[in-house]
Amino acid sequence: MEYLLIIISAIFVNNILLAQFLGICPFLGVSNKLSTATGMSGAVCFVITLATVVTWLIDKYLLVHFGITYLRTIAFILVIAALVQMVEIVLKKVSPSLYQALGIFLPLITTNCAVLGVALSVVQKDMPLGQATVYALATAIGWGVAMILFAGLREQLAGNDVPKAFKGLPIALITAGIMALAFLGFTGIGN
Amino acid sequence: MSSKMHFLTDGLVKNNPTFVLVLGMCPTLATTTSAMNGLEMGLATMFVLILSNIVISLIAPVVPDKVHIPVYIVVIATFVTLLELLMKAYVPDIYATLGLFIPLIVVNCIVLGRAEAFANKNGIGASALDGVGVGLGFTLSLTVIGLVRELLGSGSAFGYKLLPGDGILAFVLAPGAFIVIGYLMVLFNKYLKK
Amino acid sequence: MAAKSNLVNMVLCLTLVCLVCGGLLGAVNSVTEDIIAETAQKNLVASIAAVLPEGGELSESQTSDAAGIGEYYVLSTDGAPVAYAVKSTTNGFGGALTLMVGVLPDGTVYNTSVLEHSETPGLGAKCTEEESLFRTQFKGFKGRLAVKKDGGDLDAITASTITSRAFTLAVKQAVELVSSLNGGQDNE
Repeated sequence: MEYLLIIISAIFVNNILLAQFLGICPFLGVSNKLSTATGMSGAVCFVITLATVVTWLIDKYLLVHFGITYLRTIAFILVIAALVQMVEIVLKKVSPSLYQALGIFLPLITTNCAVLGVALSVVQKDMPLGQATVYALATAIGWGVAMILFAGLREQLAGNDVPKAFKGLPIALITAGIMALAFLGFTGIGN
Repeated sequence: MSSKMHFLTDGLVKNNPTFVLVLGMCPTLATTTSAMNGLEMGLATMFVLILSNIVISLIAPVVPDKVHIPVYIVVIATFVTLLELLMKAYVPDIYATLGLFIPLIVVNCIVLGRAEAFANKNGIGASALDGVGVGLGFTLSLTVIGLVRELLGSGSAFGYKLLPGDGILAFVLAPGAFIVIGYLMVLFNKYLKK
Repeated sequence: MAAKSNLVNMVLCLTLVCLVCGGLLGAVNSVTEDIIAETAQKNLVASIAAVLPEGGELSESQTSDAAGIGEYYVLSTDGAPVAYAVKSTTNGFGGALTLMVGVLPDGTVYNTSVLEHSETPGLGAKCTEEESLFRTQFKGFKGRLAVKKDGGDLDAITASTITSRAFTLAVKQAVELVSSLNGGQDNE
């Protein structure tokens, strides 16, 4: 029950993209086509969950243990950067088809602030490991849901005649705003 | 000296980080619930930007090519942590408002972007000016967005009540952030960008 | 531009940069650590003073196992408790909501103060405004600690029922702790 609440709240109510504004750059950057958006979402889900587990362990057994939590930001970003590289190398060897699908998105993920954001917020909130993992996965799914919905909308927009000054990002942002309004409707669920 | 001034002014309009380069959108959307919050976030980012630009322009010639990204990230993360510690100690209220978005300056594409695109091939003076310019551009954008949202959302500016009534709440909440930035970008495209 | 890479200078460079940065931060941290702790302590003392009547002697921090209660302080004159300051946490709308609640021994709320919150600005965050209608109704309150929607005596903040409920629950936790403390003493 508790996990279900975390999942629903992370996907809909506190959607990481539309309510917490994390991971906006790729949201605006690669949401032109539905297929790339889906690939990116898959890669992000994978990395966020993995990164959260690894950074959680590092935080607990290294940083907190030695009382150097002030190095958290540095440690986390380096771990995430290294992890993304490793995932890339492993995927290439183990599953070339998956690498084909996700590979080009992986290098972009290091600077996706959703990854660092989720990793930092689970340790700041003192979540136990199980809860942190579920939270990370659900948050990542929420990111993916918003991303894929948005890409679908943008594909429709592309074919329309939009005033010149609105073309491209401005209309995309306004669309995202309206989508965020819709997500505001989930407010209060789960409480 | 005037030949160097364009490093400073480029960041304000021609290379405005928010409206032209569209970088660092996460803090832009999240922390602009009021003009003051936007201003504070802008200044915090500027602090990191100037210092990391200076240090990176100094060390760039001796950093081996293959590890330059990790080294830059460590430098940036160091200044971010420095800022975090100083803010916690001296302005805890501001730190509490901006919260998670202070450590997230590390992954703000503007900072790493300027390191890669400018600081590693220019001298220390030009890099510092570039940091100030882009930082000011970012601060200005955030303050303007914050001002518009605060005005529409709660009828005040920098905390001073200007309009009667409560305002339209949606502008303080998440949807307002996207919509205000979208419309400001339209205005920017129409009148400032040539 | 950049120097040619080989294994030696790569490792050397990364190690050196990390050492310098780590050292710098360690030095800064040792300075700011005390200031941060001091400010936190100052805020805590101020929030305790804000929710308690003046005068008397404040005890050291006490801990309790009750749900949501972090720690509490007893204010006493001549050995008899006159008020309690209880740090109470609940789940608000956006995350944890932590209050310092001043409670008199008979269970009357003396005053409240928000220590930490992540409520929506313009909505739930109104619970931090001390002069607001919502907050003033807690001063000297004794009665059914619940919002009217739930059959209590308190008005909720408009459009922020969840925050109001969380706030009320935090106060209730504090009052319950105080009554259990006093009940315990009576039995002795």
